[in-house]
Amino acid sequence: MLENESGALSRVSGLFSARGFNIESLTVAATNDPTLSRMTIVSVGDDNIIEQIVKQLEKLIDVVKVVDLTATEHVERELLLVKIDVNPKTQADIDRQIDQFSGKIVDVSEDTYLVEVAGQSKKINEFLDSLDESRVLEVSRTGVTGVCQRREG
Amino acid sequence: MKLNGAQILVDCLKSEGVKHIFGYPGGAVLHIYDALDVCTVIDHILVRHEQGAVHAADGYARTSGKCGVALVTSGPGLTNAVTGIATAFTDSIPMVVVSGQVPSPVIGSDAFQEVDAVGITRSCVKHNFLVKNADDIAEIVKKAFYIATTGRPGPVLIDITKDATIAEIEYEGYPQTIKMRSYQPEVQVDAEQIKKAIAIIEKAKKPIIYSGGGSVIGNASKALTTLTHNTGFPITQTLMGLGAFPATDKQSLGMLGMHGTYESNMAMHDSDCIIAVGARFDDRITGNLEKFCPYAKIIHIDIDPSTIGKVVGVDVSIIGQVNDVLQALIQSLDTKKLENIDLWWKQIDDWRSVDSMAYRTKQGVIKPQTVIEALYEVTKGEAIVTSDVGQHQMWAAQYYPFDKPRRWINSGGLGTMGFGLPAAMGAKLADPDRDVACVTGDGSIQMMLQELSTMLQYHTPVKIININNGYLGMVRQWQEFFYDKRYSMSYMDALPDFVKLAESYGHIGIKVEKESDIKPALIEAFKQKDRTVFIDISTDPTENVFPMIPSGAGHHEMLLAGRDEMASTNDSGLNLV
Repeated sequence: MLENESGALSRVSGLFSARGFNIESLTVAATNDPTLSRMTIVSVGDDNIIEQIVKQLEKLIDVVKVVDLTATEHVERELLLVKIDVNPKTQADIDRQIDQFSGKIVDVSEDTYLVEVAGQSKKINEFLDSLDESRVLEVSRTGVTGVCQRREG
Repeated sequence: MKLNGAQILVDCLKSEGVKHIFGYPGGAVLHIYDALDVCTVIDHILVRHEQGAVHAADGYARTSGKCGVALVTSGPGLTNAVTGIATAFTDSIPMVVVSGQVPSPVIGSDAFQEVDAVGITRSCVKHNFLVKNADDIAEIVKKAFYIATTGRPGPVLIDITKDATIAEIEYEGYPQTIKMRSYQPEVQVDAEQIKKAIAIIEKAKKPIIYSGGGSVIGNASKALTTLTHNTGFPITQTLMGLGAFPATDKQSLGMLGMHGTYESNMAMHDSDCIIAVGARFDDRITGNLEKFCPYAKIIHIDIDPSTIGKVVGVDVSIIGQVNDVLQALIQSLDTKKLENIDLWWKQIDDWRSVDSMAYRTKQGVIKPQTVIEALYEVTKGEAIVTSDVGQHQMWAAQYYPFDKPRRWINSGGLGTMGFGLPAAMGAKLADPDRDVACVTGDGSIQMMLQELSTMLQYHTPVKIININNGYLGMVRQWQEFFYDKRYSMSYMDALPDFVKLAESYGHIGIKVEKESDIKPALIEAFKQKDRTVFIDISTDPTENVFPMIPSGAGHHEMLLAGRDEMASTNDSGLNLV
């Protein structure tokens, strides 16, 4: 959680690049309290690196609270928008796959689908893997957002 | 009361108790300078280069313990200040830098003298603010001083747009208090951690206290001295920590690290219990991490949780103001329960007898170490000594034993050449009655020479001791040791006549070429209470800083002058820099 102020995002992303931590994904938006933003960052590293990331983030003046979600019971979700080339021959297969992954067709054109799939990153990866690669025209993923399951997060 | 933003800013600074501002005017800050002109309680020091302003504010802060303040204009004013800001950041110095910014409607249009100040400084400030409304100035100034001076101190930048300084608003006065939900620097010392630390200390047979800059910045000198005396433990101090514990006390082993004493580094290596006080295990201290303190349990005391475990894993960490933590340790420690460490002291005395600070004198050549020893003698160890960066910095740290904190002012973390002279000016303003010496070299001094002019204007008499060996000495030393004596760009042909140069700036210049002239020159210089004196001393161009831990080596693999004429390292060492 951080102050919803201009510059707060670049302080966080700047910290990652300055200290050589990597960012797999980053999502940020205002919360129900409009003065606060929630940022979910996915990073990879051993315990020491994660500990340093948490401590360095806590040092940023704009940061109100840092939680390592993977150390708690939590829910994480990601949204995928994918544009798929569709023709009468492949349509049935694709419809079935979308159904299987609880996806939604949000736009249809003459020869394309725009499909939305939400869920854990693993599920989104599996859905993308299940598609014929040559038919995937465009992929847009939001990156992971998450919350802790306890009342006090 | 209706005031414009600039007047509000000046009132805020006044309310913060600011007495000195170091700065340089320009278009974006003209309103602020206009407001300063009628302010009688703040002295503004007009430097000759913005980097000098920030270093001077830094030297002022390090000497006085107060927050340094600098004021620069937008664009190049700000970029010139960045080196000074980064210097203060690395050494955790409390400072507020105010920079002008182009009017808010033209931000982002590549306007004249526009740079993204908050973007450029983001990674070298504790925090920064862009102020676009006069209404926000008072609260942000309050926050800036609060952030800069509390917790682990550091520089805070306030970038103010010109229109915010012009706008007139109803000013309700400077806020008395400030609360920030995202910044709570007050820390209670955890009694459990104190207990754990004491359990380790009580079992220690080879303990050592390793104290750093935090003991100086955190005003913990007294508590550190009490703890050291109560325990009877040996103590070693970092380059940044010198003076927190008296160097002439028999429990002091001197500095540790790359150019530390043999006894300090050997004791660190063999120790079974290290009490790290306000120190951050910098690479110049640890040497090769794989060989660092293999037998020790480590207790780490620091205000900043992120320093814990950053470089070296520790056994017990105690977060808090260094002074509070030391007080808690003093209170809780029953010295009767401590192990007898006579054997440890005997071992340390053996290491001491190696006399690692010994150096060979040579007929007809001035050794730089001799100069520093003479400086110590002439000033009776009571001067404030600032330094630039390089060999002379190490010699000053090694041969001028500091018995009090805030007397040794140097750019330890960033290693900024050019720091010494403006820092000396700041130090003199902070402590006008004390002698201030700037130990510098022919390379460093030329990076901030122009401040000689400022020093004349504001009557800040300091004594400049130029260790002139005609080389970028530390670079030359490394090239001699590690690059097969290929002296690439470390020789300075065409040095100026420093005596004439000093004289042309209105100061006194003295040239010293004979060893017997050193002391008379220093005595004469310090007699000139109200004059800046530049003493240019020709020293042995080939002298090296010893002892030395070459990079890649461990504490127990030190090189000593006399025993090891030549250092060597391997590729992995060179990679460590």
